[in-house]
Amino acid sequence: MRELRYREALREAMFEEMERDDRVFLMGEEVGHYQGAYKVSEGLLDKYGERRVIDTPIAEAGFAGVGIGAAMVGLRPIIEFMTWNFSFVAFDQIISNAAKVHQMSAGEIQVPIVFRGPNGAAKQVASQHSHSAAPFYTHIPGLYVIQPSTPRDAKGLLKSAIRSNNPVVFLEGETLYGVQGEVPDEGVEELIPIGQSRLARTGTDCTIVTWGRPYYTVLAAAEKLAAEGIECEVIDPRTLRPLDTALMVESVKKTNRCVVVHEHWPYGGPGAEIVDRLQREAFDYLDAPLERVTGLDVPMPYALNLEDKVLPTEGRVIDAVKRVSYSK
Amino acid sequence: MMMIRRFEEESARNYAKGKIGGFLHLYIGQEAIAVAAAEVLEDRDYIFQTYRDHGIALARGMSAKSAMAELFGKDTGCSRGLGGSMHFFDVERGFLGGWGIVGGHLALAAGTAFKSKYSGEDSVTVCFFGDGSTNIGGFHEAMSLAGLWKLPVVFVCENNQYAMGTPLERTSPLKDLSVKAKGYGMVGDRFDGHDVEVVQERIGAAVDRARAGGGPTFIEILTYRFRGHSMSDPAKYRSRTELEQRKAQDPVVLVRDRLLGLGVDENALDDIDLEVDEEIDAAVRFAEDSEPALEEVMMSTVLAPEGDS
Ligand SMILES: Cc1ncc(C[n+]2csc(CCOP(=O)(O)OP(=O)(O)O)c2C)c(N)n1
Ligand SMILES: [Mg+2]
Repeated sequence: MRELRYREALREAMFEEMERDDRVFLMGEEVGHYQGAYKVSEGLLDKYGERRVIDTPIAEAGFAGVGIGAAMVGLRPIIEFMTWNFSFVAFDQIISNAAKVHQMSAGEIQVPIVFRGPNGAAKQVASQHSHSAAPFYTHIPGLYVIQPSTPRDAKGLLKSAIRSNNPVVFLEGETLYGVQGEVPDEGVEELIPIGQSRLARTGTDCTIVTWGRPYYTVLAAAEKLAAEGIECEVIDPRTLRPLDTALMVESVKKTNRCVVVHEHWPYGGPGAEIVDRLQREAFDYLDAPLERVTGLDVPMPYALNLEDKVLPTEGRVIDAVKRVSYSK
Repeated sequence: MMMIRRFEEESARNYAKGKIGGFLHLYIGQEAIAVAAAEVLEDRDYIFQTYRDHGIALARGMSAKSAMAELFGKDTGCSRGLGGSMHFFDVERGFLGGWGIVGGHLALAAGTAFKSKYSGEDSVTVCFFGDGSTNIGGFHEAMSLAGLWKLPVVFVCENNQYAMGTPLERTSPLKDLSVKAKGYGMVGDRFDGHDVEVVQERIGAAVDRARAGGGPTFIEILTYRFRGHSMSDPAKYRSRTELEQRKAQDPVVLVRDRLLGLGVDENALDDIDLEVDEEIDAAVRFAEDSEPALEEVMMSTVLAPEGDS
């Protein structure tokens, strides 16, 4: 294993898959000459040229649709949204076309496409640029939704997403791009299956399910709780649709309590879905109601003092774990 | 123009100091356009802009204090610290926002123009956006409706030659964007944006036409931003020579030289500069000393109050 940054892990996945398969190409704003708005695609244009690394005008609905059309007849596009906030102008293409055509054509037409880019709040970019997009897309049958938290998962899951025969919504994180972590050595190919949760930390007292940026908030909170004698088990679903609850249920059987921590708004979404499933699948094992720590139910404000309140904090995680543990 | 220039320079400094966060898009180099537009508009008119919105807000009369406090995320800011640089609002002055999604505000401008027509008012809407915004669906649909319904709106494309790092020749097959006007059945115009008097005359003509019921205009103004797209962009995609050539046509310098040529006393101009400097200093002090944005305002403004419709 070696250490890579999250952005480098994604870049390697794209390099490897483009090397492997000429049908794979990257399209989006500033992905080529500018080397990526967040430098994820750095070097790809130099290696693969303008045929396969394609800068687009600002026309998300257009280039998302071009990608879907190309995928319908055999190419394997990677469509980069500069951020997922801008996917909303392409929402119709993803929802009405990409997610529908396979079943609508009775299985005749496949759409092997990946839509990827940074998701969620960055820092002080205010309400129109801070959406956690998972709930919008996890709602839709016909899509896979992946949100990796670590460099290793980012690489292994992006490779699987590119090889998938279905449309994949791949949610990265601007604040995660610089995160370092272990990734298998060069030449060691790892394809992480879509739809598998991962155990991130073992513990006996409380299960925490989390992903994306709050994953790191939770790991830090878990260390603090451990110092107080509360050992948390942390599970990262990695794929939000389809959702794999098996590990979560196993864990809750042991800890008898669970807190779900996520950045998206509390109304619905994968956070609420996980709570719904666990209360049924692990009902007999629960000693406390499931709790959630979420982004507050407001559009994201610009001011830093308020943004810090809106995003899930270590303090809120610790409080929730203590509440379900009935400890002070 | 000096006020905008100095305000933007001071914003950049405070961004570097960490007093301002998020995205910060400066208007340096494009000042003549906002100043000219503000000059020809009436109090009852409406204005929309992208995230590059400090210039027009100040030109329309927003105080530097209110603008700077917004950048500092303070309760005394024009959006009470909730909007930040990209989302200035000054509803009293008809400034209906700084908007963050490319193309998203053009239809809104058609909407305020629709209101003017609906209510039989002679107010006009001016909507600014960049060259990069002319390829997105929001542009097409707004232009289609405004053209069809002959709405009193002036669409001003500030063509600063780049959409982030991408030069115009890689985002459009057209050299002249103003030809698009024809496809929407509206008048088109195209001119250089560094001479404030020229800009004033030409935007003025479009505004007059709209006010008189002559329908919308699509204007392409050729301009240039002297800084990167935002503070995080080092603008490596353009050459020093190109930048220097453009700076030789600095709208602020041009206007100063013209005034001197007309016999205006240099000391009088220096006095204006000093006044501007003082006002900016006062704005920074005001922003520093103000209360941070309030949680209560964030919570209570998600929805409008009910009851008095
Ligand atoms: C729909 C959408 N896509 C992408 C972006 C990211 N973005 C912000 S500004 C910008 C470039 C816009 O260029 P232009 O329209 O020329 O305006 P300028 O910044 O030059 O004033 C891009 C790509 C966005 N805000 N909205
Ligand atoms: Mg531009």
